[in-house]
Amino acid sequence: MATAVALIALVALNAYVLLAGADFGGGVWDFFATGPRRAEQRVLIAEAIGPIWEANHVWLILVVVLLFTCFPAVFSGLAIALHIPLTLMLVGIVLRGSAFAFRSYGSSDDAPQRRWGRVFAIASVLTPLVLGICIGAIASGRVGDMLDRLPQRGATESFVSLYVTPWLSPFTVAVGALALALFAFLAATYLTVEAENAELREDFRRRALWAAAAVFVTAFLALILAWSHAPRMSAGLIASQWALPLHILTGIVAIVAIVALWVRRWHLARVAAVAQVSLILWGWAAAQAPYLVPPTFSVGNSAAPRSTLQLFLVVLALGALVLFPSLTYLFRLFKSDRAREPAPERSE
Amino acid sequence: MGDLLAARSQMAVSLGFHILFAVVGIAMPMLMVIAEVRWRRTGDAMYLELAKRWAKGTAILFAVGAVSGTVLSFELGLLWPGFMRFAGAIIGMPFSLEGFAFFAEAIFLGVYLYGWTRISPRAHIAAGMVVALSGAASALFVVIANAWMNSPTGFQLQNGSPIGVDPIAAMLTPAAFPEVLHMLLAAYAATGFAVAGIHGFLLLRDSRNAFHRRALVVALIVGVPAAILQPVSGDISARYVARWQPTKLASMEGQFHTEAGAPLRIGGFPDVNAQRTRWAVEIPGGLSLLAFHDPHAVVRGLDAVPRRDWPPVPVVHVAFQVMVGLGTYLALLGIWIVIAAWRRRDLAADRWLMRAVALASPMGFVCIEAGWTVTEVGRQPWVIYGVMRTADAVTPMPGLIVPFLVISALYCFLGVIVAWLLYDLVMRSPVTREGDAAATAPAAA
Repeated sequence: MATAVALIALVALNAYVLLAGADFGGGVWDFFATGPRRAEQRVLIAEAIGPIWEANHVWLILVVVLLFTCFPAVFSGLAIALHIPLTLMLVGIVLRGSAFAFRSYGSSDDAPQRRWGRVFAIASVLTPLVLGICIGAIASGRVGDMLDRLPQRGATESFVSLYVTPWLSPFTVAVGALALALFAFLAATYLTVEAENAELREDFRRRALWAAAAVFVTAFLALILAWSHAPRMSAGLIASQWALPLHILTGIVAIVAIVALWVRRWHLARVAAVAQVSLILWGWAAAQAPYLVPPTFSVGNSAAPRSTLQLFLVVLALGALVLFPSLTYLFRLFKSDRAREPAPERSE
Repeated sequence: MGDLLAARSQMAVSLGFHILFAVVGIAMPMLMVIAEVRWRRTGDAMYLELAKRWAKGTAILFAVGAVSGTVLSFELGLLWPGFMRFAGAIIGMPFSLEGFAFFAEAIFLGVYLYGWTRISPRAHIAAGMVVALSGAASALFVVIANAWMNSPTGFQLQNGSPIGVDPIAAMLTPAAFPEVLHMLLAAYAATGFAVAGIHGFLLLRDSRNAFHRRALVVALIVGVPAAILQPVSGDISARYVARWQPTKLASMEGQFHTEAGAPLRIGGFPDVNAQRTRWAVEIPGGLSLLAFHDPHAVVRGLDAVPRRDWPPVPVVHVAFQVMVGLGTYLALLGIWIVIAAWRRRDLAADRWLMRAVALASPMGFVCIEAGWTVTEVGRQPWVIYGVMRTADAVTPMPGLIVPFLVISALYCFLGVIVAWLLYDLVMRSPVTREGDAAATAPAAA
């Protein structure tokens, strides 16, 4: 049962990455908006994110709640070891969300609009970077190591070696860059589908291809660095039996995504991009299974009591009954092709 | 500043900041839906304008509430990993339910804000209602989690660890009902009077302004009933505290010694060293009467527990006096408004009434901050009452003053911006006078 709950957590994280990840990616492209259609790019991004980003953000809450309900030791351990990057991520989340809301619903004057746009864009770049660093830190095993030695050596070891080194290394930064590249890639690919005119579509096609290249570079870098900085991780990625088929599959969908962008098959590209990002996430999870925080917390040794897990699954099922129809309604309303035909009334 | 104090201060700042936005997120959608319903019924364009403006305000405040709520969900672990490790499995359930309520709120707020022309009027109003209801549901679940910290149930202790965890029994903790009721009423009263106060103030300058007159009425419809009912809910809460958390009650009242027929102390300041509360107006037997509905009942004083189990008594006592004092003002003002409305007086033209309403504008929110101070500081030195000390829950990471300052600076900055944006939104209100053509468009029906 604990495994089931852990898989659900992974699904929720997957949803967060695909949905909110793309919202952050949108912010990245707001940051890098260039060329003659700079303003149109920003408007398209804002319209794409506007109705859905709050709902997308809730997936993160779900992951957090799931973790502290069903794996309380993991949650409190991560919160101790990753205090600094998580606080930075929170600052990013707060600034991104508020700046977007201020820009959308606040005064429509030019100067504050630009100012909030700036804050929104910068926070959108920083947050995925830090999120990736946290995931890299967990994968590297250094977070687990730190938690293992904290009870004995917490008093003697230096602040930096306990609270900074576990998450700050070339490997974790590479994973952070990979997360940023993936989010930007997702956003650009989604936006090729959502753009209403051919020129904008071409803008985002070029951006998606650049981001795909960045994904390759950062993924390659992370893999190389894993060798020296995250040996357990690289062993899991290379040695286990499912590794090769999974890598081949990831490679195939990555190529499909690029080819589809190249030949302008927008919908296919979107599907392939979603599959590619999900496979990378699941590949990470598989490489460290059954550990949630290697080498300290596994699914088995950190799960909450059975009574809690059981009830949680019931609550989850009931929640899903409400959630999925509502989400379908939201996305139908704002994301289906039909929905975009009548020009939406812009609220002043 | 020590690490524990820094962590507690950061939590206080985060909660104190978030609660303002959370409360608006509970009650504001109600105002916005009422305005829209009135527009659809009467065709009066002023109500549409109101609904749209309130929706805009809600969008800003909800966004800040959502992100500051996210900060809190992380801070539970970042600051109190010992607490979460112990309690996660026991009180994760209300948080999970809250997660789904929050989902519904976020989804349908998106539908409401961007769906004015995309969905039918009926669906649009329904979406607004879902936002209002799920906002209340979120509050219900989160407050239940807090209630458990005040009266922990649903587990047994064995060598300092919880066993026999029963999450449902934990949710049915005795503090749940009084706390939830008190919080929900507070949200409607505070938001209703805050909005009414702003428009009341503007009506003092221009009592015929059609926009402000309509806004005032809708806001009072939400705020007045809640403010009048709040003292009843306060009585339920007081009796709960008297029974389950006698030390908290003793701090609230400045009751140092256990006594029968304890007096009710109004105002005053507890002198912890002298163990007496000075300068209070005392009503003989009043506290016994209120807490146990018997003027001779024995009220346990602070002396019933060792000094190291006392909360900071002066803080709790003063916060409690502030909450009760301002809450009483709102309830009496509510009764005045009901009487005036019943006599079919023109509320907006009554200058004294509008002055009193304008004065009430910040009071509900001050009450809420004071009330949370009572319940949180009054629970100290425990994070889980009688089970875990706050000092044992705090993170081992040193230097907690840094995140405290970072979060405080961030929230100060955001607070100023939000205040300015709302000021801007209010100041751009329409200036149509009652009786002008635009204000009374022919009814659509």
